[in-house]
Amino acid sequence: MSDEATFEDPPLAQLPLDAWHRAKGARMVPFAGYEMPIQYTGEHGGIVAEHEWTRSSASLFDVSHMGQLALKDADGDPGSAARALEKLLPGLITSLKPGKMRYSLLLTEAGGVIDDLMVTNTGPHLALVVNGAVKWDDIGHLREHLPDEITLTHFDDFALLALQGPKAGDVLEGLIPGTGELTFMTAGLFEWQGAHLWVSRAGYTGEDGFEIAVHESKVAALADALVADERVRPAGLGARDSLRLEAGLPLYGHDLDENIDPVSADLTFALSKKRREAGGYFGHKAVAARLADAEAGTLAQRRVGLALEGRMPAREGAEVYAGDTKVGTVTSGGFSPTLGHPIAMAYVDTAHAADGTQLEIAVRSKRLPATVSPMPFVPHRYFRGN
Amino acid sequence: MPRYFTDEHEWIDIEGETATVGITDYAQEQLGDIVFVELPEVGAALDKGGDAAVVESVKAASDVYAPITGEVTEGNAALEDEPALVNSSPEEDGWFFRMTIGDKDELEGLMNEAAYKEFVAGL
Repeated sequence: MSDEATFEDPPLAQLPLDAWHRAKGARMVPFAGYEMPIQYTGEHGGIVAEHEWTRSSASLFDVSHMGQLALKDADGDPGSAARALEKLLPGLITSLKPGKMRYSLLLTEAGGVIDDLMVTNTGPHLALVVNGAVKWDDIGHLREHLPDEITLTHFDDFALLALQGPKAGDVLEGLIPGTGELTFMTAGLFEWQGAHLWVSRAGYTGEDGFEIAVHESKVAALADALVADERVRPAGLGARDSLRLEAGLPLYGHDLDENIDPVSADLTFALSKKRREAGGYFGHKAVAARLADAEAGTLAQRRVGLALEGRMPAREGAEVYAGDTKVGTVTSGGFSPTLGHPIAMAYVDTAHAADGTQLEIAVRSKRLPATVSPMPFVPHRYFRGN
Repeated sequence: MPRYFTDEHEWIDIEGETATVGITDYAQEQLGDIVFVELPEVGAALDKGGDAAVVESVKAASDVYAPITGEVTEGNAALEDEPALVNSSPEEDGWFFRMTIGDKDELEGLMNEAAYKEFVAGL
């Protein structure tokens, strides 16, 4: 028996909650340069149990490996930081009101995705949450291309917790009154036991939930307070991955990279309509060309969902076939605990990318039947207000 | 009925001319929730140390190697409908396949239960 997982080179950094995870029975694995909990052991542990608990109640994830950055203009004008950032991504940031957040993409000049990220107007500054595995590259890219008068702060002494699941709203409102009034993709500053918390109603599971930025000195107390509620249990990276796959959310480094443009990645919603015409950002020319391709039906490939029959999963790298012709490659795949069968994301030639198209995935010596399926595979249940 | 173990965390029971192969409790614990087991075809010729089966957990696919050389005589059909048997009963009901024993001398290099326990304790 051998595990095919590959590991990054040591030395690995430790999360602020490292001891907390170990005390809870976490199995720690290297990820994004950190030792991170992939799953917990014990009565309620295991990827499937943690996955199902997230879909039915609420789970606490530690995502402190992610980069928490802030941009601010030297003269205190948040508008100039927004204008500067708009040169690096295709979203409208200047019109983002305080307390609102937006999903966007850092692009290369050729239109490739350097990273996907969340941008929030906190009022005094713009907060960015970027992927842990590429955060140092992102910082380098931002510093290189933003004017000197924009200060870039890396909040590396802050932890980030994600509370996700249908009961997350009630749980957090009980602990931190006022958080329940946030709606999906809004955020605000709260206080809890003397600690300042930046709470965003967002996440990466498809469920309602929050991401909570908290100083590393307070994170263990907050994590304890959250799991003291019997509706909340800790969950690891394994469940986070199967949940985001069901939610149809791409994972950077797998479903997105610098060779992939946002149109092929089916992320055109992140290309602000106003800015598609006006341009003025890295990659605009390439993105406009891909949009024209999509319009004309000449886009080469597109990210699609694939639903498989049976139980054998297709993993990243598996080739997708229409008859004898290779028409694509799987970029993420696994077993869906909610649906009870395997699912995958793949880049497939657009001629074979329509919903309902019957394809096959080559896994070892077998050809697995797969149907192009709309994503999300499991409906999102975000809280958009009562 | 002697039971042997490999350093790849397979177990092998010897009963007369037939061997039964599975993965150990330690292995299933490391793999986590198992969602699919791809067994070798009956009649397949296996080489000691070569690929024999694939076990798919939620997180990854892992190879299971043949502990000895021989020919597959039976796969555990129960795993088709219930791959989680490997988690719940790895060293009994969750067996993978049965095979002939091509060369009894190959058993010499395998560990007994005490040696395997010591091996796992050192990991």
